[in-house]
Amino acid sequence: MSERIREKLTILADAAKYDVSCSSSGGTRKNDNKGIGNSHTSGICHTYTEDGRCVSLLKILLTNHCIYDCAFCVSRKSNDIERAAFTVEEVVSLTMNFYRRNYIEGLFLSSGIFKNADFTMERLLRVVKKLRLEERFNGYIHLKTIPGASEDMIMEAGLYVDRMSINLEMPTEIGLKLLAPEKSHNDVIKPLGFIQNQIIRLKDEKKLIKSVPKFVPAGQSTQMVIGATPETDKEIMQTAALFYKDFSLKRVYYSGYIPISNDNRLPIIGSQPPLIRENRLYQTDWLMRFYGFHVNELLNDANPHLDIDIDPKLSWALRNLQFFPIDINVAAYKMILRIPGIGLTSAQKIVQARKFGKLRIDQLKKIGVAYNRAKFFIKCADTPYQLKDYQNTQIKSFILAESQSKYIKNDVQQLVMF
Amino acid sequence: MIYIIDGSLESVLCAVFEWFERKPGKVLLKMKQHFEPDAFEEVFSVNNDPVKADRVWEGLQRTLDASWIRKYYCTFLSEKPDALVSLFEFTCYLFLNKSGAEQNYGNEYVLAIAQTARKVEREKHRMEAFIRFKQGADGMFYCGIDPDFNVIPLIMKHFKDRYADQKWVIYDLKRHYGIFYDLEKIEEIYLSKEDQRKLNDPQTDLVSEKEGMYSDLWINYFKSTNIVARKNRKLHMQHVPKRYWKYLTEKQGI
Repeated sequence: MSERIREKLTILADAAKYDVSCSSSGGTRKNDNKGIGNSHTSGICHTYTEDGRCVSLLKILLTNHCIYDCAFCVSRKSNDIERAAFTVEEVVSLTMNFYRRNYIEGLFLSSGIFKNADFTMERLLRVVKKLRLEERFNGYIHLKTIPGASEDMIMEAGLYVDRMSINLEMPTEIGLKLLAPEKSHNDVIKPLGFIQNQIIRLKDEKKLIKSVPKFVPAGQSTQMVIGATPETDKEIMQTAALFYKDFSLKRVYYSGYIPISNDNRLPIIGSQPPLIRENRLYQTDWLMRFYGFHVNELLNDANPHLDIDIDPKLSWALRNLQFFPIDINVAAYKMILRIPGIGLTSAQKIVQARKFGKLRIDQLKKIGVAYNRAKFFIKCADTPYQLKDYQNTQIKSFILAESQSKYIKNDVQQLVMF
Repeated sequence: MIYIIDGSLESVLCAVFEWFERKPGKVLLKMKQHFEPDAFEEVFSVNNDPVKADRVWEGLQRTLDASWIRKYYCTFLSEKPDALVSLFEFTCYLFLNKSGAEQNYGNEYVLAIAQTARKVEREKHRMEAFIRFKQGADGMFYCGIDPDFNVIPLIMKHFKDRYADQKWVIYDLKRHYGIFYDLEKIEEIYLSKEDQRKLNDPQTDLVSEKEGMYSDLWINYFKSTNIVARKNRKLHMQHVPKRYWKYLTEKQGI
């Protein structure tokens, strides 16, 4: 018995791993039925794979049989690979036994589409209900919304899971049509909008009636594949910004395309996944969500691509030297956030600490500011007087000379590997 | 002036009380165990007095909000030699200044408390993540740990809330005590050397029959979910420092 389960787990974990979301945060479930499991507000990463990605959830497909033939997907119909399918009981038993040993925060269940959308969604729903109702499992469940599944079924699933997600796959409709002619962004927008409306509706009801059930409490997310189609960073991030705004998404994930196909529409097998680009996109995403940047400040017609050698905050600062130097002892919090080398916690500490007296360089360093980077953009109590203003190219070369870029090292490694 | 304390939280609080009663100026705080008398310094031995400690503690609770009380407690649990000094100096600084003084990250003791607490919270979080239970033949779940800081008091609630329907033991092998949850409440326990050794040794009779199967499946999953083309060992090591590998089922037999 265990040998067959092991084979299935290998196949169906391997097929699920290109979905990068592994977040277990935002859940609010408590273990108040003396069952097992609860949510941890910030989520817990229980381990990390050798590629440095967090493992928080048991991330598997129910099956990798699929009626679709999307060129970028490893489970596409025309791909000659081993196929497998878990039974409902098998998924439940794996989840429970992994959870009881503190291996995982919960389950991320997705599936290839077999027969049709409703048939697939119904099977996923059975797993989720069995976990919640029979096993009294209160851990985290992230469920894929199956495009085209009936609204009744999506509605019911939303009552049991913590997060739902549905992937845009390609950043633009044109890109998607190129690789998956059967699909369209509308298939994604419809269920995203439906779930979003239900979340809002139930939240409103909750104000009046206390006993309204939880509905997708950790919200929705989506994912875009990067580097399979020729979109610019500007197009990618504008799509992301739009979806954050329209559907109040918790996260947009960017997944650097890993060549898995000899299809001539795609990068060839063995070419490097665009890891640096992916990292820069995430940095931009963070700047938009936490640092008060508008997407157009970071990416626009003059700058449709992010710099590879420096991070997007530094590039913005170098393009906008007219805002600097910023006096950290008087500037507004939102301006301090924009200084390269100063993160969220340092910015908060600075505005609190400066109430007690003007801050000096040594204090900034202790607070955690990356001073060697920040020094070109700030003034503090004991900043040395400087006669001459530097050009942005000069600042960039000073910073690059001083910092040891992780990417330069990585590139060397990657060259050696292939 | 040197103040001698026994290293308990109570002794630090009493030292604060004594300092305010006498106002002797700059004071060096020393632990009884480490103290070697020297002929030139004046020495005062702080006696633990629950009434005095309580008064200082109540004062702290009036001054600090819950998140700062937690930072204070975490700093104590760090067991670092200079942590007690930081707590002492921080407390005196708070009481000598207007309310809100704990926000002054420019002060070295405020910053020391905030940073130490952060390290302790990180270790606590790592234990919540890296503890791997093994199920014994008796149905109970076991795990032995040796965290950098004394975090069992901090992780207790998390595990009690989460694993409410199974019996479990978490044992600190470095500090020689553990906690046992019996489906109702948590008890502090002390194991013999022999029993301690058994905790993390899969070859013993503690381990149930199915245990091997699930740990194998987990190792298998861990390998399958890795994307070889994205290999990034530096990042991996940063997230899972080597000293934790001994806990991790998925890192055994590699």
